[in-house]
Amino acid sequence: MDLSIFGYQFMQNAILAAFLGGVACATVGVFVVLMGISFIGVCLSHAAFAGALLGVLLGFDPLLGAFLFSLGTAAIIGPLASRGELNLDTSIGVLFSLMLGLAFIFMGLMSGPKTEMLGLLWGSILTVSNTDLLLLGIVAVGVVGLVLLFFKEIQAVIFNREIALAVGIPASFIIYGILFLTGSTITVSLSPIGGLLIFSLIINPAAAAYQLTYSLKKMFLLSAVFGVVSGWVGLLASYLFNVPSGAAIIVTSSLVFGLATLFSPKRKVKRWRAKDEPSRVL
Amino acid sequence: MRNHREMNGTAVSIERAVVSYREHVALRDVSLEIKRGEFLGVIGPNGAGKTTLLSLINGLGKLVQGRVWVLGHSINHGSVNGIRKRVGYVAQAQNIDPRMPITVKEVVMVGRYGQLGLFRRPNRADREIVDEMLELVGMSHLSKRPIGHLSGGEQQRVAIARALAQEPDMFLLDEPTASLDWRAQGELLDLVRRIHETQKLTTLFVTHDLNALPEACDRVVLMKNGKIWQQGVPELVLKQDILSQLYDAPIMIQEHEGRQIFLKAAG
Repeated sequence: MDLSIFGYQFMQNAILAAFLGGVACATVGVFVVLMGISFIGVCLSHAAFAGALLGVLLGFDPLLGAFLFSLGTAAIIGPLASRGELNLDTSIGVLFSLMLGLAFIFMGLMSGPKTEMLGLLWGSILTVSNTDLLLLGIVAVGVVGLVLLFFKEIQAVIFNREIALAVGIPASFIIYGILFLTGSTITVSLSPIGGLLIFSLIINPAAAAYQLTYSLKKMFLLSAVFGVVSGWVGLLASYLFNVPSGAAIIVTSSLVFGLATLFSPKRKVKRWRAKDEPSRVL
Repeated sequence: MRNHREMNGTAVSIERAVVSYREHVALRDVSLEIKRGEFLGVIGPNGAGKTTLLSLINGLGKLVQGRVWVLGHSINHGSVNGIRKRVGYVAQAQNIDPRMPITVKEVVMVGRYGQLGLFRRPNRADREIVDEMLELVGMSHLSKRPIGHLSGGEQQRVAIARALAQEPDMFLLDEPTASLDWRAQGELLDLVRRIHETQKLTTLFVTHDLNALPEACDRVVLMKNGKIWQQGVPELVLKQDILSQLYDAPIMIQEHEGRQIFLKAAG
């Protein structure tokens, strides 16, 4: 096997991007899976996409537009759910459709080729820029740092929002913070990892970790490991089999999830042998 | 536990409180005083405003009119969070995902989190309090189990331990025995009475089920249509005619071994 390709700068950048993106997405994924808001990945990535398009349309930095839209949407999800008395997932669905609509309107208003824009949906981990890496690094460190700092509050809110509130924890503040972190992670992952790939990197590692442990700490840890491993193995597979890297990473993370489900101790059922205790009929 | 608690002060004072959710008025002009150390039972049919009354006291409800003081602090202005930390709240049994990654011990520790505040980790003293409360409710042997694996009765005991881990001054219980079997119900009522006595708390016990009303109640408040309909010592208000009117259904009381048993009469 010729692995000399890993000596190239672009490949090393891809490996680093997979590591940082894997850690950030998989960490955020633990919230997403436990709070049952898996749709948020698609919603915020499309918001970021719409924002980037608006940036191109009006001539400002697409990354700035992506950040504004994604964080703006993340900031609206919570209050919209509270005001409208919807569950978070419905609120996310409403905003997702709006963002998709806006993205198409902005695209319709643009002249010239749009392939570059569509690239944001697929991402291109093999052409990551230094800026991408820097931003990914900042967000990954931020996400992990904040989880460590607010671990007990996060644990309480994930367990039960009402109880967290009742014991005197600022539960809404923590939930909005979680949504904000999710928005930031998705925005910085958009160009290196791509809007569609983010979804699988958020859900699959965390869902796999969920199968294997009853400890929230271990779930964060396992999820991050699965995220990074999916990225790296996917990259290797994409090189070996000459398939698109994004797709290879998606398939790898799904495989990790499949294996975790297969070997999940949570699915084991205690064997029970019927003794001579017939039920009585009176 | 704390021994500086004054037994003669007022724990809660509610003056002409109105609470409404959209068009529905949940509490209408309710006034109530609760003394420190009192064990108050709150009964009434579904939708009478019992839970709303509790949520007013732990600062989770929205007051439209009136004034509320809890443990000397006004709910109208000021930090509600500070009050919540001093009020232990046990909600109705809830469905907990059996795969939820949190153990019994960690759930009880959540009770300490509000007291600790942000950026502080539980220390040895906190862990000792958690162990003590688990012991008190008889759940020490299950402390390492995932919370979702416990039965309904066991989960309610853990919820009580969590509320007590707050080292609260007030103890609010909202239908804690609902959906529990006979034995679990009896054991839970015993536990609540014991806790009220040993920890010297001000306890509010809400239930729609008359047979789940602890005998230890000093006073019973009867709620109907968002109002306090009647109140008084149990011997005076727990009467067949009063209860039948409260529930709009004929209710019979039978004595059995010195204990009152409430039955729905035919007709």
